[in-house]
Amino acid sequence: MVEAIESVRPPSPGLKILRALLVVGAVIATLWLGLGVLRDPDVFSGLGPTTSKLGQALVALTLGVGGIWALFYAGNVIVESLPGRATPFLRPYLFVLPAVVVVGVYLVYPTVGTVVESFTAVPEGADPLTNYRAAFSNADVLQAIRNNLVWLLVAPAVSVGIGLAFAALVDRVRREAVAKAFVFLPLAVSFVGASVIWRFMYAWKPGGQPQIGVLNAIWVSIGGVLVDLGILAEVEPVAWLQVIPWNTLSLIAIMVWLQVGLAMVILSAAIKGVPPELTEAARIDGASELQSFFWITVPSIRGSILTVYTTIAIAVLKIFDIIFVTTGGNFDTSVVAVRMYQEMFRFRNFGQATTMAVILLIAVLPIMLINIRNLRRQGIGA
Amino acid sequence: MRKRWTIAMIAALALIVASCGGDTASTTTEATGTTEAPGTTAEGETPTTTGEEMESTGYEHLDQALAGDFSGSTVQVWAQWLPESSEASNFTYTLEPFQEATGITVNFQPTPDYETALQVAVDGGNAPDIAQIAQPGKMHQYADAGALVSLSDWINTDKLAADMVPAFYELGTYNDTLYGVYYKADVKSIVWYPVQGFADNGYEVPTTWEELIALSDQIVADGNGNPWCISIESQEADGWVATDWMEDILLRTASPDIYNQWISHEIPFNHPEVLEAADYMSQIWFSPDYAYGGNTYINATWIGETQDPMFAEGGPQCWMQKQAAWIGGFWGANRDALADDPNLPATEWPNKPETDVDFFYFPQIEEEFGTPVLGAADMFVMYNDRPEVRALLEWLATPEAAEGWIERGGFLSTLTTVPEDWYVYPNNQLSVMVAEATTLGFDASDLMPAEVGVGSFWSGMVDWVAANGEGTEEIFQSIEDSWPAG
Repeated sequence: MVEAIESVRPPSPGLKILRALLVVGAVIATLWLGLGVLRDPDVFSGLGPTTSKLGQALVALTLGVGGIWALFYAGNVIVESLPGRATPFLRPYLFVLPAVVVVGVYLVYPTVGTVVESFTAVPEGADPLTNYRAAFSNADVLQAIRNNLVWLLVAPAVSVGIGLAFAALVDRVRREAVAKAFVFLPLAVSFVGASVIWRFMYAWKPGGQPQIGVLNAIWVSIGGVLVDLGILAEVEPVAWLQVIPWNTLSLIAIMVWLQVGLAMVILSAAIKGVPPELTEAARIDGASELQSFFWITVPSIRGSILTVYTTIAIAVLKIFDIIFVTTGGNFDTSVVAVRMYQEMFRFRNFGQATTMAVILLIAVLPIMLINIRNLRRQGIGA
Repeated sequence: MRKRWTIAMIAALALIVASCGGDTASTTTEATGTTEAPGTTAEGETPTTTGEEMESTGYEHLDQALAGDFSGSTVQVWAQWLPESSEASNFTYTLEPFQEATGITVNFQPTPDYETALQVAVDGGNAPDIAQIAQPGKMHQYADAGALVSLSDWINTDKLAADMVPAFYELGTYNDTLYGVYYKADVKSIVWYPVQGFADNGYEVPTTWEELIALSDQIVADGNGNPWCISIESQEADGWVATDWMEDILLRTASPDIYNQWISHEIPFNHPEVLEAADYMSQIWFSPDYAYGGNTYINATWIGETQDPMFAEGGPQCWMQKQAAWIGGFWGANRDALADDPNLPATEWPNKPETDVDFFYFPQIEEEFGTPVLGAADMFVMYNDRPEVRALLEWLATPEAAEGWIERGGFLSTLTTVPEDWYVYPNNQLSVMVAEATTLGFDASDLMPAEVGVGSFWSGMVDWVAANGEGTEEIFQSIEDSWPAG
């Protein structure tokens, strides 16, 4: 025992510092060389375009993953080389530091910068609220805010409603997993991908032409039968994305299609977590299936419903892709995020763009707070 | 801060053909004779960049490059022509002789979502060496941001000014500094029609507005479908086709001064003259039975498919389409044929220009304003200053840089030094049309501030169409209201 302790006795402080310096030097040199390779695209050019891309990706991957590990390791070696109580005191900070730096540089700093910019990017001599005054007197911006409100009211509620209904209905079905997979699949589709798909769903061709849009194909053929029966005078294809104000609902349908899967999966898991004794007791007391669902199951999973609702609500407030891809914000469908993109990249109007960003931020904050508090109450998070 | 626009209207007699005299042209070709034309390299000749005495091109860096001084270097070029498009393929083809003659590698990158991508690259310090820009307003933004290399300090401005259509040379200048070299021009004042269909029905090409309306009425009366193929859906850029119409008509119903003042906002956007032009436009766009599929079709149909009914089985369902020459690649079966092979020459297209589909000049409206032509053009600007980049930019201002693309078709050069006989249909006729134009108007929306030119003017036109031409005054007023202060 004594011998063993002897053999792991830490080396002398001088040696430790030397070792630390060597490790740090090696890590920095490796990273420097690696980044140099990445910076020069011609290094792999002899290998042909595909292999060269693969080579670069490999180096990037090794550097990215290995580099992080190496930096932590080097930092740890430095901290360990410090004398006495400094080591245990500093180590937690060392490990949390990168996360703090990343959040600070990529989140806090830009956020503060955006807020500041929205007050300072004004014509010389104008008062700091100029951008906000301009935003709230611009009919297009007001339209965008109104549309965001419609989205906020409709999309999360419908997604959660359908998701909950589906979760409850398939709960005791034999092939539950298969049924759920179909609803869940769209969640794997990106917003842009979904929007492109739905552009085809909503496609419009003049009456008399073959309808390539699914909805119009169905509508025209059903309508044709109704016309034959004399119920309808004539049937015209519908330009789903042009008819104001219903076109916003057409777009919201895309969001619902994407998000129902999320709601269903989480709520389905929550329903399974409701103790069967509760529902059984209710049934014994004479509650009907529906009563037991609304008075036992739903209150039991209230926390999950709130989480899903707020998560979708946040996504909805930031909605951009669906509108941008389908209508580009035309036909009164614009939302705040689309305005922000246009002001920023098309008009180079930083004042208005940052103002849009701040409006979005303020709108999202309370919902995020609800979400976080709810998670805390459930014991998830802090 | 915003520079006054004085360029838009220049008597265009000088453009393209006028000074394409054989003499100037042939000397210039000889001068840069070492630059192999695409046609000759195809036959396997090796480009000669040996130490032989070479005549000067008139451009210092280009001479050095042709002497092989920059051999082995690379220049990066970005343009908005989509990857796999015939435009990108034609430009790549055009660049070949330069690369062979100088040993410089040109890394040409056609870029989707171009304007955003370029902006992000420039903001991030990764700007390409040379980039194509369509809107002068964008060039001004980059110049104001200090991102562009001034050309005035080193390029042979005397030669460039002499070689180029003056209007385009002027447009490349901002704050008395030359930043852009104009390259490719587009003529928008033309209307395409099916040749056989017109012949079968005895329709004649209209030469006045009255004849145009009379022909439209006759097509409706004959029960031959709708006279006009119009649509404006263009993803991020919905509405630009409509702004072209507005501009083309305004050039015909108002003086060039009014047109210029409209661009520079010396008169309001909704000036009575502009509203008058809008009335003319709505006569075609919103008259019952005029536009195929009505206003829903106009807003719902992608600009590449606008004219599909013109190629319907059993005869045209719409008969006239006002669009620049690029639309030929999208006619009927051409779209698929070119998707299979972007290099297919126009003579082998399923629907051939001239014999199947021909064009006429969008007719004059008021005689006192003559026969104006609306055009637009692409320029190249420079972000990084290296000798090989200078050499390529100089080369782009020579006729050799137009030759390959002219050979492939669909290219109208901004240079007056391009020999007339290089051009084939339709550009040989377009260059004549431009030469005979009483005024040349540059695309106004490209010259207006972005908030209007690529913002409210576009979306306002979409709203106007959605309302089927109702509420014209309110819509034009809202565009006026969106004009940025200052």
